[in-house]
Amino acid sequence: MSAVAVDGVWKYYGDYPALRDIHLEAAPGACLALIGRNGAGKTTLLRTVAGFSRPGRGDIRIFGKAPRETAARRMTGFIGHGISVYDELSALENLTLYGKLYGLENPRRAALEWLERTGLERVANGLVREFSRGMRQRLAVARAFLHEPALLLLDEPFTALDDRAIAVLQRLLREALQDGKTIVMSTHQLREALELSTHVALLVRGKVAFEGRCTPEMVADPGYVYARYGEGG
Amino acid sequence: MKSAERAPAPKGAAAFQILTIALKDLRSELRTKEAINASLAFALVILLMFSFAFDPEADTTREISGGLLWIVFAFAGTLILNRSFAREVPNDCLDGLIAAPVPGWVLFLGKAVANFALVMAVELVALPIFGIFYNVRWAQQFGELLGVLALATWGMTVIGTIFSALTVNIRLREVMLPMLTYPILVPALIGAMRLTAVLVMGKPIGGDDAAWLRLLVGFDAIYTAASLVLVETVLVG
Amino acid sequence: MRDKIVYGLGIAAAAVLAWNTYAIAGLPDEVNQGAVFKIIFFHVPMWAAAGVAVSVALIASALFLITRNFAFDAAAVASTEVGVCFLTAGLATGSIWGRQIWGIWWTWDARLTSALLCWILYAGYLMLRRAVEEPTQRATFAAIFNIFAFLDVPIVFFSIKWWRTQHPQPVFWGNGSFPKDWTQHFLYNMAAMVALGVVMTVVRLRQEEVQREIDAVRRTVHAF
Repeated sequence: MSAVAVDGVWKYYGDYPALRDIHLEAAPGACLALIGRNGAGKTTLLRTVAGFSRPGRGDIRIFGKAPRETAARRMTGFIGHGISVYDELSALENLTLYGKLYGLENPRRAALEWLERTGLERVANGLVREFSRGMRQRLAVARAFLHEPALLLLDEPFTALDDRAIAVLQRLLREALQDGKTIVMSTHQLREALELSTHVALLVRGKVAFEGRCTPEMVADPGYVYARYGEGG
Repeated sequence: MKSAERAPAPKGAAAFQILTIALKDLRSELRTKEAINASLAFALVILLMFSFAFDPEADTTREISGGLLWIVFAFAGTLILNRSFAREVPNDCLDGLIAAPVPGWVLFLGKAVANFALVMAVELVALPIFGIFYNVRWAQQFGELLGVLALATWGMTVIGTIFSALTVNIRLREVMLPMLTYPILVPALIGAMRLTAVLVMGKPIGGDDAAWLRLLVGFDAIYTAASLVLVETVLVG
Repeated sequence: MRDKIVYGLGIAAAAVLAWNTYAIAGLPDEVNQGAVFKIIFFHVPMWAAAGVAVSVALIASALFLITRNFAFDAAAVASTEVGVCFLTAGLATGSIWGRQIWGIWWTWDARLTSALLCWILYAGYLMLRRAVEEPTQRATFAAIFNIFAFLDVPIVFFSIKWWRTQHPQPVFWGNGSFPKDWTQHFLYNMAAMVALGVVMTVVRLRQEEVQREIDAVRRTVHAF
């Protein structure tokens, strides 16, 4: 069973198709990099897979379940453009909140553990409002990883990260892959993403223009895929 | 690998999640106090301005008390209800809640419970102030009055919460929420005004007026049901 | 072909109205209220047409939520707009009537107040549509609000009626009697009004579909 199976998905805004007949699969343990120009539909696809909106046509399965089922959501961690943590609560309060919502047995302990793993243990009781940008990003990562999801859906996770945050994220993603978790991430930061990826998919104007294994050529020359399969490169 | 892929959630899970979300909202609000301060200030100002609008005699004041109080509660309450989903907009926090294994109706109830508590708090502060400013004894039938307040406030909360979810990402949110909410609330407000006036005047809720109680209960039931069914569509489409 | 039918129906409805108005003008004046009572020939059919329109809007909204077919969304907005038009006309004729009989432009009579509230409710629907940019979201939210609004309509009517029995106000069209031989003309007007409503809805439907196409084309062009 695939971790993520997208089958004939179309997504419409009114009559305009933002996603057209998407067929995509990610096997368990794979790391799929979604690349493509702005407006190609990467964010739309990720958010539809994550269950934020319904596709107009087609089917999506996460470990065989529909995205909106609570069992599927418990297995999924999502990082979008926003950090999804509350400014007026502390880092610990935020993570404990999510721990409770995800039904963890000991939310507080999990929260403290992940604060440590993202290097935020010293500011556990600080309000998010006072954090630097890098700290906020790391807290977002902690939030997504907190419930040990089997599937991570990340929308341009390396964008706007400082060096320390990039290092933390790459380490955590590598550990997750070693643990057998599945990652699907959209990205502009081709080098950082392709180093981790096992598979690559290129979206052009809402369609999958290329899908396949990530080869050393691609890592060496990230523009290669665009040039070969995209339009205009 | 520690796993969260467990069997279907235990039975108390929904109630626990509702409580968690309600407490989160209350903690956020009590820390910033944005909405509740604005709401109380607004209530005070309206009470003040109405004292200039007419010259209160004891009898007339008691008669119009129902109308006056519910104008205060409705307007002050909207400030709190607007915050409900608006507080999830910064940092895309709403995404976090939708992605979590929380069914739409659980999220809705969690927020509705928090809103209910906050609006009731404002009402219970405004009531004694009203009594002092207008020299009206309102506490003779406090139990029944509390019941009417709770019923009508729940109706207001349910509509305000679901429309807060509806308007959270659209243009002119602050204008749209009252525009959509008040007309729908009118029947419940009429009933609340009538019952409140009767109770403040010291009379029992007799035959005719019992119909208003039934109206409030029916209103609450219909719109709570409609909201629980439709909230998932509002959030996810 | 469809256009021809629609326009044909429209002309027929207008013709019936015109002929009927002429016939009504020829009828004897009503006993208590005089000539102005004949406004009832237009006032009540307008409200009936409005009632039909908002009911159609509810069904269309519910069907959109179930099927996600935009044709139903177009039907919902078209019939709501037509309903609001008829409600406006109904309020206006009611007000004129009141002015003639009672000397006042408005009274908080139960039916007028309820009608005004319904007008505000559905005007809110139209405002909500304007406030949502994205077409799928707009259709979804509007459909949900339409359901909430329609649920409120009977509650509104009952509650305001009860209120008015406890706090009576002048009732606009008490005192009038309705002779039996007027019934035929009344029914003609009813049918003609509803037919006019259908025509206006269909025209608006067509416009909404074209608008959606343009919107999609615009998005396609701008996306790349």
